[in-house]
Amino acid sequence: MQVSSPIREPLIHGGKTLHDVSEDICRQVEAKPSTSWMIGFVIALAGLSIGAISVGLLLWDGIGVWGLNKTVGWAWDITNFVWWVGIGHAGTLISAVLLLFRQKWRMSINRAAEAMTIFAVICAAMFPALHMGRLWLGFYWALPLPNTFGSLWVNFNSPLLWDVFAISTYFSVSLVFWYVGLIPDFATIRDRATNKISKAIYGGLAMGWVGGAKHWSRYESISLILAGLATPLVLSVHTIVSMDFATSIIPGWHTTIFPPYFVSGAIFSGFAMVLTLMLITRRVFHLENYVTIQHIELMNIIIIVTGSIVGIAYITEFFIAWYSGVPGEQYAFINRATGPYWWAYATMMTANVISPQLFWIKKIRTSIVSTFILSIIVNIGMWFERFVIIVTSLHRDYLPSSWAMFYPTKHDVGVFLFSLGFFFTAYLLFSKYFPVINMAEVKSILKSDGEKK
Amino acid sequence: MEAGKNYLVGVFEDPDVILNATKSVRKEGVKVHEVFSPHAIHGIDDALGYKMSRLPIVSFLLGFTGTTLALFTITWMLGYDWPMIIGGKNFVSLPPFIPVTFEFTVLLAAHGMVLTFFVVSDLKPWGKPKRFDMRCTDDKYIMAIDLGENHKNKNEISKLLSETGASEVNEKNFE
Repeated sequence: MQVSSPIREPLIHGGKTLHDVSEDICRQVEAKPSTSWMIGFVIALAGLSIGAISVGLLLWDGIGVWGLNKTVGWAWDITNFVWWVGIGHAGTLISAVLLLFRQKWRMSINRAAEAMTIFAVICAAMFPALHMGRLWLGFYWALPLPNTFGSLWVNFNSPLLWDVFAISTYFSVSLVFWYVGLIPDFATIRDRATNKISKAIYGGLAMGWVGGAKHWSRYESISLILAGLATPLVLSVHTIVSMDFATSIIPGWHTTIFPPYFVSGAIFSGFAMVLTLMLITRRVFHLENYVTIQHIELMNIIIIVTGSIVGIAYITEFFIAWYSGVPGEQYAFINRATGPYWWAYATMMTANVISPQLFWIKKIRTSIVSTFILSIIVNIGMWFERFVIIVTSLHRDYLPSSWAMFYPTKHDVGVFLFSLGFFFTAYLLFSKYFPVINMAEVKSILKSDGEKK
Repeated sequence: MEAGKNYLVGVFEDPDVILNATKSVRKEGVKVHEVFSPHAIHGIDDALGYKMSRLPIVSFLLGFTGTTLALFTITWMLGYDWPMIIGGKNFVSLPPFIPVTFEFTVLLAAHGMVLTFFVVSDLKPWGKPKRFDMRCTDDKYIMAIDLGENHKNKNEISKLLSETGASEVNEKNFE
């Protein structure tokens, strides 16, 4: 069945046939959950439940349960928001941008990465929603609906409103893109299903797909257009997120470098999260032939590129602060590096600038253990990047008498734990009940990019 | 014979074989009902004589509607219905309206196109399509030929399918 190319490494190893692909991917959907999956699920659900207490208290008592004060009015909430949105970006980059560039290696990882995008964006949206305090009124505050609140319409000049539109469009378009890709695979599961319940559920999800040529032709055509729409969309989302800061007049925020800097940071942290998840998924579901060392190496190369862009952005930002000659701006940056939050700045610099450079060494970027450790370090670093930008710029504002420090309360931690618990619970449910690898796409490359048996 | 009832189903093992088979079968004047495959086969739409999908046009028109609608609505809301002074800026200024306009364009273009795809392809959760061979979502490539629509008889078509590389030729009848 498979032929080998003399030039390129095959993308899928193990001499798989079409039927092997269906077997390997559907096996975990059809089998009973494994012990390691159950343990992971219980831990994730525990995090979600403990966090839910904080969310409940936050809604009951108001956002005073967070450690915010008059000077630092935004802290962990917006840090978590930007961090989660950033993580989401890798999924779209893999499924849309790599599709436009015809990078076939995306096919083994796009499904899981897109799932990660969807769950990460839900986690992100949680924070502005919770920060509103009375989230049931959020629709009236955030959407241009006729209302009786005084100023009749929402402010279309505000980046916070752009965010509402950006995040909701991004979420819903990603969801649809992901679902369209899942339809042929649901059909495969439906046709293999032996019991009535799964036949009915996967049958409904497959929407009567049977793989006719006319349908495939339309499917390919809408995938391309969706990728073309999702590419500028994903870039616009983090650009708009960065404008939440860049359009304000806070020193350290008011910079034009923010959009490209945030977008590359988003891809950087997103790829790190894809690696963290894929390395575990690959191991638990025995997908070593589908997600190969080559896939891991290519993702690590993207981490070097985006990590270096982030590093340059940090240095440029510092240089421009000095070069601007604005004392407020200069102080904001000196305070970032040497002030009371120097440790957060040092963590960010080490984790985001130095650690990705280790991937220049081939041994490190092709090793699973070092990739896994570095992927977690990168995500810790990227969380601190947002914390540094937000809190250090705010805590010493224009009026020295109002300078303050931000200390998180247990409910800051609790709500963050809630989002982490949600993310992993959702990802684990996805990986158990949905096909984690796009079978239809992988089948299409077996012949051209596979290897000889 | 009535159309839509009796079919001849050729089962193929390889995408290139079914692609060539489709071309030669159609050259012989046989009308192919549809080809089913576990993944997209490049060139099969040309071989079957299908025209390019017009879904991208749908997407463009809906996107254009989104742009116009968003710009019109925002301008009307902030410029005419309830003007507000925000930082002393003009009531209607284009640059800050662009992000929301862009997002709304993408929103309508993407969702409109996908919904149109579901409707024109008759994909729905309660859909019960004709199944010619259950293996076409796993590892087999299937060519279905409606005997009611063809002048050639069953044996001739069956022979043609075997000659072009079908590993099995089955008959499928729907009541």
